[in-house]
Amino acid sequence: MSRAEPVPLSETVPGSAGRRPSPLWTFGLLRSELVTTVRRWRTLALLAVLAAVPVLVGIAVKIETRGGGDVGHGGQGPAFISQITNNGLFLVFTALAATLPFFLPMAVGVVAGDAIAGEAGSGTLRYLLVAPAGRTRLLLTKYTTVLAFCLLATLVVTVSALIVGALLFPLGDLTTISGTRISFGEGLGRALLIALVVAASLVGVAALGLFVSTLTGSGIAAMATTVGLVITVQILDQIPQLHALQPYFFSHYWLSFADLMRDPVYWDDLTKNLGLQALYAAVFGSAAWARFTAKDISA
Amino acid sequence: MAPYESDDAVDAARDEAPHAGRRKAARYAVPVAVVGVAAATIGLVPALAASGDPDLPKITAQHLIEKIAKSDVQQLSGTVKINTDLGLPNLGGMENSLASGAAKGSGASSADPQSQLTSLVSGAHTLRVAADGPQRQKLSLLESGSEYSLIHNGKDVWGYDSKSNEVYHSASADAGKDHRAEPPATPKDFADQALKSVDDTTSVTVDGTEQVAGRDAYKLLIKPRQSGTTVGAISVAVDAKTGMPLKFTLTPKSGGAAVLDVGFTQVSFARPTASTFDFTPPKGAKVTQEKQDPAARKHSESGKGFAKGMEGGGVLGKGWTSVATFDTGSKGGLPTGSKGGDLGGFVGSLGEKVSGKFGKGTVFSTRLVNALITDDGKVYAGAVTKDALVKAADAGK
Repeated sequence: MSRAEPVPLSETVPGSAGRRPSPLWTFGLLRSELVTTVRRWRTLALLAVLAAVPVLVGIAVKIETRGGGDVGHGGQGPAFISQITNNGLFLVFTALAATLPFFLPMAVGVVAGDAIAGEAGSGTLRYLLVAPAGRTRLLLTKYTTVLAFCLLATLVVTVSALIVGALLFPLGDLTTISGTRISFGEGLGRALLIALVVAASLVGVAALGLFVSTLTGSGIAAMATTVGLVITVQILDQIPQLHALQPYFFSHYWLSFADLMRDPVYWDDLTKNLGLQALYAAVFGSAAWARFTAKDISA
Repeated sequence: MAPYESDDAVDAARDEAPHAGRRKAARYAVPVAVVGVAAATIGLVPALAASGDPDLPKITAQHLIEKIAKSDVQQLSGTVKINTDLGLPNLGGMENSLASGAAKGSGASSADPQSQLTSLVSGAHTLRVAADGPQRQKLSLLESGSEYSLIHNGKDVWGYDSKSNEVYHSASADAGKDHRAEPPATPKDFADQALKSVDDTTSVTVDGTEQVAGRDAYKLLIKPRQSGTTVGAISVAVDAKTGMPLKFTLTPKSGGAAVLDVGFTQVSFARPTASTFDFTPPKGAKVTQEKQDPAARKHSESGKGFAKGMEGGGVLGKGWTSVATFDTGSKGGLPTGSKGGDLGGFVGSLGEKVSGKFGKGTVFSTRLVNALITDDGKVYAGAVTKDALVKAADAGK
């Protein structure tokens, strides 16, 4: 498969005329994208910040309750915080509730915003397109990489919180927020399920960031716009006059992951959240595709 | 070599710009189509799902009321949505802080059922109910990231507030009766209240059928015959099989959204698992023990304050236009204007000054209940219009 041959002008869909690379090749592209993304200092710094949040929360709760005191004074603070001292597993839920509104979407916004615009900004996008992948395939690979980062970021918070919780606080059977008891094993299962739901909650932001990333040639501009949108939408979600629009904001049902700690689980908001994220992925994913495949790449 | 697609695009733009432009624009049709399909799905699916009213055999209103009375559902579990819109001024957080302040003042924990269930008075809430016979019930108030559960199991009544990790416990022989005395929360509770008031001042009809929580139901329409009341209509959806009310809607005469809308969104008549009603306080939770019988406590607490004022209280009129009246005993009436300072002026500004044969007073209005506080300290309140209230006050004088 020589890349030196001139490409016929009549070829409209790249890579379609007898040049379709094997699926293994796509896998190779994905792997190289994943490795590049995770190896960046920026990504490592973001993950370190995410891992530090549960440590901070855990130590703060430990210090505050040292004298047998009470944390969360009558229900203030992030969800589940008053239960941490009794069961370290609750640190996982508190840490996810604390990072989901800002830290996690910010990290995803940075990675997603950088995906296309960063390559364009540093002049490497045209070389990526030389590879026989085609733009659609490259975009899909980029999006898959961002989704993998969503999962990775969430798992970093979860694992960090689990370790800190196990070190600082007792573990054991836990009480669901409905007042029923479940075993530690089931609690751990629910924690994992919650981590997956939180990762899925970021699918919408990832698609939005990817779309913004195709609009501009500057990586910084794309990251700033995506993170700015995350903040703006969450502020708008607090304005009561906009209540008719709010169910369609990607962040509206984020905290519904707490419904997994009810017994029986209350699925209404959870399914709404997942449906909404799928909708955002479809709308902004296809918009990113339309933009990216129709755009002139000059850098 | 330059990326071939960019070659393609650049060349196309150079040679046949209009064609390429059209092709590019066509790509944007995909996201637009996705938005369109999503909007259509969101808009049409509920409409299509709601269009089919179930086909049920005809029933008279009399038979339907008997069916409700005979209904004896012992086991159920389900989700209830309750929506209250009294048209009270939105006090936002102030309301909550007032409520919690009141709770703290009386030394109650945040897990006290009285302090929790007052929050149902305004706004939208989701409740979960489960029942297994008269001895075991559970009522949960679902909040964002937390839950308040009230569990009655035999002799024990537990209240658990997961937000503050506080537990309220009361154990008494007749706790079952006490549970019944709690504020109404399910459609059945409200329907029972409404049917109590059915007499010659009321018209009751069966108004077709509908689907509630996936079950076929008859719609019972209760309308006051009298004028002067603010109640427009009460609609109760009654499950065709079990006779249990599934939905209760109270619309005011002034129109607009329902003042009170309580309905199951999901219901099952299977026996809930036994573990639903098991409760042991979690480790480290603050437990407040109720030693006295809660009903007696409630009576003594709220009774003390009102006992004096309630002297000479009574009900004027009958049926829908009945007006409750009592004497607060304070001759100055409301602290209005300069007398009460700024706060008095603020409270007074929420109401509307009226005068009549009874003297002068202030009317406080909500979308359902109006209350008249006269300057000589008498209170008249009822689900009646302002004019009817003044008339009742004149007559009661």
